[in-house]
Amino acid sequence: MKETTPINPESTMASSPTETLPEEFATSRAEEQIAIATQWQLMWWRFRKHKLAMAGSIILILFYIVALTVDFLAYANPYTSEAQRSLMRPQAIHWFDNGKLSPHVYGVTGARDPKTFKRVYVTDLETKISVRLFAKGFEYKWLGFIPCNIHLIGVEDTRAEETLFVLGTDVQGRDLWSRLMYGTQTSLFIGLASVVLSLILGVALGGISGYYGGIIDTIIQRIIEILRSIPTIPLWLGLAAALPGTWSVQQVYLAITLIISLLGWTELARVVRGRFLSLRQEDFVMAARLAGCGQMRIIFRHMVPSFMSHIIAAMTLALPAMIISETSLSFLGLGLRPPAISWGVLLQDAQNIQALAISPWLLIPSIPVIIAVLAFNFVGDGLRDAADPYG
Amino acid sequence: MANMEQILLEVKGLQKFFPIRRGILQRVVGQVRAVDDVTFHINQGETLSLVGESGCGKTTTSRCILRAIDPTAGEIYFRTDACEMLNIAALPESRVQPLRRCMQMIFQDPFSSLNPRMTLLDIVGEPLLVHGMTDHQERQDRVAELLQLVGMRPEYMQRFPHAFSGGQRQRIGIARALALNPRLVVADEPVSALDVSVQAQILNLLLKLQDQLGLTYLFVAHDLSVVKHISERVAVMYVGRIVEMATTEEIFGAPRHPYTEALLSSVPKPDPRLRSQRIVLEGEVADPANPPSGCYFHPRCRYATDICSEETPVQEEVETGHYVACHRAHELSLRGIARQ
Repeated sequence: MKETTPINPESTMASSPTETLPEEFATSRAEEQIAIATQWQLMWWRFRKHKLAMAGSIILILFYIVALTVDFLAYANPYTSEAQRSLMRPQAIHWFDNGKLSPHVYGVTGARDPKTFKRVYVTDLETKISVRLFAKGFEYKWLGFIPCNIHLIGVEDTRAEETLFVLGTDVQGRDLWSRLMYGTQTSLFIGLASVVLSLILGVALGGISGYYGGIIDTIIQRIIEILRSIPTIPLWLGLAAALPGTWSVQQVYLAITLIISLLGWTELARVVRGRFLSLRQEDFVMAARLAGCGQMRIIFRHMVPSFMSHIIAAMTLALPAMIISETSLSFLGLGLRPPAISWGVLLQDAQNIQALAISPWLLIPSIPVIIAVLAFNFVGDGLRDAADPYG
Repeated sequence: MANMEQILLEVKGLQKFFPIRRGILQRVVGQVRAVDDVTFHINQGETLSLVGESGCGKTTTSRCILRAIDPTAGEIYFRTDACEMLNIAALPESRVQPLRRCMQMIFQDPFSSLNPRMTLLDIVGEPLLVHGMTDHQERQDRVAELLQLVGMRPEYMQRFPHAFSGGQRQRIGIARALALNPRLVVADEPVSALDVSVQAQILNLLLKLQDQLGLTYLFVAHDLSVVKHISERVAVMYVGRIVEMATTEEIFGAPRHPYTEALLSSVPKPDPRLRSQRIVLEGEVADPANPPSGCYFHPRCRYATDICSEETPVQEEVETGHYVACHRAHELSLRGIARQ
């Protein structure tokens, strides 16, 4: 027969609800806050401790603000070329004039050297051109539909295209600063679009692979392995070469996004599959099944929230790879082609040593590439550390 | 109690084999006989403990009964609300679903059995929600009531599991299992992951709830002292089979199977003079993928004779309610442990 006396009379017994509230239940306010904190709050608290990741996220926010306001930040039309202004070096902005704050640049006159046929530029210290904030410049449509002509900086009286060269100009005399702004927009959004596309592919295929397992899983995993074993550059070359030369800039843009994401989904698919496999074994998933939850509820209420944070971390880590892909493809002349502007297209101008020796400022577009990729990696790192606040 | 002798669950010849697959084509090259011909029953309101070493098929048996996994063969009869015995093993998944509210499970690991991303209200309230209690207020009241029942403050229902200790989490797990007013609760080693002091609290809570709600327990355990405290009857499993089943008193006082005797001798004894009598089993637990001939226990049994390695012993009732599967059950006089 059953014993009716408790085994351990010293321990607190569960004989009535009020007796079973030991001292540890008396929590302070801070503990109470942790007790009711959601997953995302816990993640945020941990992410905040990662200083580099915090710095990275601020930089990324700035980058995307730039990407959204390029027309405002650029002061010259990025497509306006002029042989008379070819390869001008970056121009210094002078902040003070006779002790007063009055930013200005000096005028520049150019002429061709009769011996070398190189264009030489002489700063004309007599002509002061004052630089103004929120000046009027070329017409644009903000976000594609709001007509506007206000720019962050500009010059009075004359056109900015002719007088202001903050980062110098390229061979065709186009303003590098303005082109860099537009390049930032293209490159960042191609990265984002590719990552979203690979996310869709990765989650769908990884989810199927992990949820069903068996032969389907084997097939998908082998495909991933084959895709990952192909050297990327030749494969890109092949795919990009297959794009018809007659395609418009938009079509190429779309095609490049597709090419990058078709090769980039494998990592995300693996993350998703791994999470599915491990979650399928979890007791709380079985508990949900035994409680009578349907399959959809189990997947979307129990499984997906458990790996959502991992996916976001994996996405952030995949983004720089996408940006690098686009940049290298365009640099090799196989991705976006002029007149499209991207970081890779800009760097294409800096391809030969001659151009670099004469005009080193053409290499400036590599700086934002490095900063953006580093920032994405730091943020991804921080997110990965914070992704599982219960681990 | 009037319905004390009424059978709630009857398991007949339950088998669960897991295929072993090898090679590129994933051909089945063998089978792990995790549960091999298990037969037992549980009466309404009683506690049956299933004991055995790890890997002997206790957990697989309990999961088959809940249809968390599908049995390979055998019958599982469960008394429905309409008082008819229904074979759950043969039902399609869609018809098992409504029966699930009558049988629930308490998990071993209180850390992985609660979704860390849901509040207590959502965890305990989920069975209610999926079984049609859609009114938020009503659900909240029921969850508060359940939390109180297991000795937790109802104010904690907005909290997440990470705020609680192992013992408290196990209480939450129990509250979830009780949400639908089940009649059968399968407890899969509910205290083996807990501290000894907390174990006692949880066991006493389970006993109290059984009294209050008239629950029937299938209690899976490997710790005999826990089993002794909580159960009316005990079934001892070895490599997928039940070798002995009897009342707790008989199992502990007068075991009839050599394996039970060895298990009992391993229970820690407070008296140091008794410790030398421990029977140490030689060899390894038999591999369920490749079991020995005859009685699975014979390579390790100190009473084994020729017949043990040749013929599989059948389960027989040596005394009323005392089932043993051993060729020499009648001749041997084995040592139990006297009850203090």
